[in-house]
Amino acid sequence: MAEHDHDHTETLKEQIVRAASEGSPLEIRGGGSKQFYGRAPLGDPLEIGDHTGIIQYEPTELVVTVRSGTPLTQIEQVLAERRQILPFDPPHFQGGATIGGAVACGLAGPARPWSGAPRDALLGVRILDGRGRTMRFGGEVMKNVAGYDIARLMAGALGTLGVLLDVSLKVLPAPGDHHTLVMDLDARQALEHMTALNTQPVPLAGAAHVDGQLHLRLACDAALAAHWRRRIGGELSTDDAGFWRGLRDHTLPFFDQDAPLWRLSLPPASPPQNIGKTLIDWGGAQRWVFTEETPEQMWALATASGGHATLFRGGNRQGGRFQPLPRPMAALHTRLKKVFDPENVLNRGRLYP
Amino acid sequence: MPHSSPSSQRVARRAGLARAFSEFLPPDAILSREEELHPYECDGLPAYRRLPLLVLLPTTVEEVQAILRHCNTQHIPVVARGAGTGLSGGALPHEDGVLLVLSRFNRILDIDVANRCARVQPGVRNLAISEAAAPHGLYYAPDPSSQIACSIGGNVAENAGGVHCLKYGLTVHNLLQVRLITIEGELLTLGGGGLDGPGYDLLALVTGSEGMLGIVIEATVKLLPIAEQAQAVLAAFDSVETAADAVAHLIAGGILPAGLEMMDNLALRAAEDFVHAGYPTDAAAILLCEVDGHADEVTAQLSRAERLLKESGATEIRVARDDAERQRFWAGRKAAFPAVGRISPDYYCMDGTIPRKRLAEVLHEIAVMSERFGLRCANVFHAGDGNLHPLILYDANVPGELEKAEQFGGEILELCVAVGGTITGEHGVGTEKIDQMCVQFPDAELETFHAVKAAFDPNGLLNPGKAVPTLARCAEFNAMHVHQGELPFPEIERF
Repeated sequence: MAEHDHDHTETLKEQIVRAASEGSPLEIRGGGSKQFYGRAPLGDPLEIGDHTGIIQYEPTELVVTVRSGTPLTQIEQVLAERRQILPFDPPHFQGGATIGGAVACGLAGPARPWSGAPRDALLGVRILDGRGRTMRFGGEVMKNVAGYDIARLMAGALGTLGVLLDVSLKVLPAPGDHHTLVMDLDARQALEHMTALNTQPVPLAGAAHVDGQLHLRLACDAALAAHWRRRIGGELSTDDAGFWRGLRDHTLPFFDQDAPLWRLSLPPASPPQNIGKTLIDWGGAQRWVFTEETPEQMWALATASGGHATLFRGGNRQGGRFQPLPRPMAALHTRLKKVFDPENVLNRGRLYP
Repeated sequence: MPHSSPSSQRVARRAGLARAFSEFLPPDAILSREEELHPYECDGLPAYRRLPLLVLLPTTVEEVQAILRHCNTQHIPVVARGAGTGLSGGALPHEDGVLLVLSRFNRILDIDVANRCARVQPGVRNLAISEAAAPHGLYYAPDPSSQIACSIGGNVAENAGGVHCLKYGLTVHNLLQVRLITIEGELLTLGGGGLDGPGYDLLALVTGSEGMLGIVIEATVKLLPIAEQAQAVLAAFDSVETAADAVAHLIAGGILPAGLEMMDNLALRAAEDFVHAGYPTDAAAILLCEVDGHADEVTAQLSRAERLLKESGATEIRVARDDAERQRFWAGRKAAFPAVGRISPDYYCMDGTIPRKRLAEVLHEIAVMSERFGLRCANVFHAGDGNLHPLILYDANVPGELEKAEQFGGEILELCVAVGGTITGEHGVGTEKIDQMCVQFPDAELETFHAVKAAFDPNGLLNPGKAVPTLARCAEFNAMHVHQGELPFPEIERF
């Protein structure tokens, strides 16, 4: 592994120190697969893509530590050789995605309700803060409550609190087998079905509804899948892996539409909203909606349902993309940003203006 | 004017404060007489005791907000307390402050079966959630050993674990939403009704923050379907090294146990004498391995686990014949702390986490220290996730033994850091491990912790003096600690 280790900490640090002294913003860039995400990037690029390498991988410890620019495909391949996986199955989108970007964006694949998000697998980070200081939070062990959990605070912060240098992640044994049951149901019926299944010990690893069909992925062998099919119904899918990968990476035909794409994070049993073409994922907890509704309408709708909404693709990138925060929460966010990045150089305005 | 004595000053200060709080609290929510305060002088770590100025027992969110606002404007320290079962002195009162006891917030507000979650007040006991969810076939996964008594507010504050963490996670993995009251009396909602919330992951930041950032006034926790079947296997080993290797072998074999626990000979004998779990008392160490899921799956996993354990050199393998025997296997483990309490006048429980592969070496070092300090040490280990609980046996009535036990414990924690681990896996830093934080974290990280706290609590009034040491304290501790330029454990390879 050592010959593939490229440590660019010093170069990155110099760029940050310079930017902080000039007060000029930096756009943190890994593989560029999620450049569409968040508010419009500002400033000179800070390229992380060359900062690569698997620093430590101990299959029997269930932990991997990697430099943030390492491509997801490379990590997943190394894990697969030892029959292990990244539990949160991060999206690759159009390719080139890095582990740093995956953690910074906090997005997770279709198994998220059962296997967690990046924040759940994240054990530790080494970061450069907005002053160019190197710091380490968390570690490489499963349980660690020494100090505040600043490692997990970095997950989903879109790089606004620090540049991830390396991340330590919990990995899991790969599930032996997957089988998918497909059945024709409308959205309301599908939600009722998923809600009912959710309270039973079914080995679910995916539950999504799109184009009038409910897809249920089961992590179990063929014999058990047959058992569950007798109880649940539906037909066994022939393109099990393709569907879930397409859902994860937004390459299913559903995602080929023109209107702005919204992500709704809701209590899973929330009834369907008739606001645009919708794909229901995560057993109801994540919904993808193409709609021309205004951001204000979408945020109000999400609040009314007890969740939040994100303008994921399309629409105005100068305006708000993420659910506005109540005043005391917004003030707290501003104060935390100041703690980590007093000159406001790291991904300025990418999350909130 | 004559000088009043410090104690009479204290009495006057106490009376003045009680009067001020009685403006907005009912009389039964304020305890101010010394005999009423004594039950609150310590938490689950009785080596540290201190009387607060007052104990406050509010019953409404508005009362808590008013208390915090008053404390913030008057600069009065506030220490929150739930059930008081914490093991790191995190709820040790502040002598010039109030102890905010949340035990009256003891209602389960909602069991939402469709969304598979429970909304509870902070004083609800951990086990009570699973009991209330059981009729729906659901349960709350984190199960600290104190789950009969400990409350969910404290679980959030400490990021409590338990014996099923490897598969089902810690408190932080099983929370959906927390309502937090800041020192300024603001009510914040962290997390969301779905699986995530907008903005920074403050839910994760607050989980395990030891009451330093705000007061948890409500929590929404995930509920999971109760597994169709659970089965346990007990394996005996003639050395702790083989037992440790067996754990690695199980994991490499693709088994993800629901629980995986190790006990050394001293711990397992104490447990056996106490609850008669049927442990083989001549073993150097035992492993308890539980698998759960669908019946067929459990059978398959169990036979695989048996094979792997046999390959690893287990001298005896016993599969629980029925659920009663499985419960007995666990009863011994869950009673390990009180069991050790029966064989020694006092014990001191440590909580380091280490990379599992360093276990044999760490246990060897602990044995050497045990010899050096002349104090026995029993080891209980959450083997799946590397969380080690050495229990140091001592007698507080023997002059100097408590200090020796503390020094022994401190050295164990420093050893954990030296091998790439951490000083606390699930009990928190609290009062007791504050000096060892100086060993684990450099100044920049400690400064960041203080700055994060200041972002929530600018006057530093929430649980002051706990969890994160001042830089001055660390400078002093580290100066005392490095002897002739040499760190402790020079022979240990460091990370």
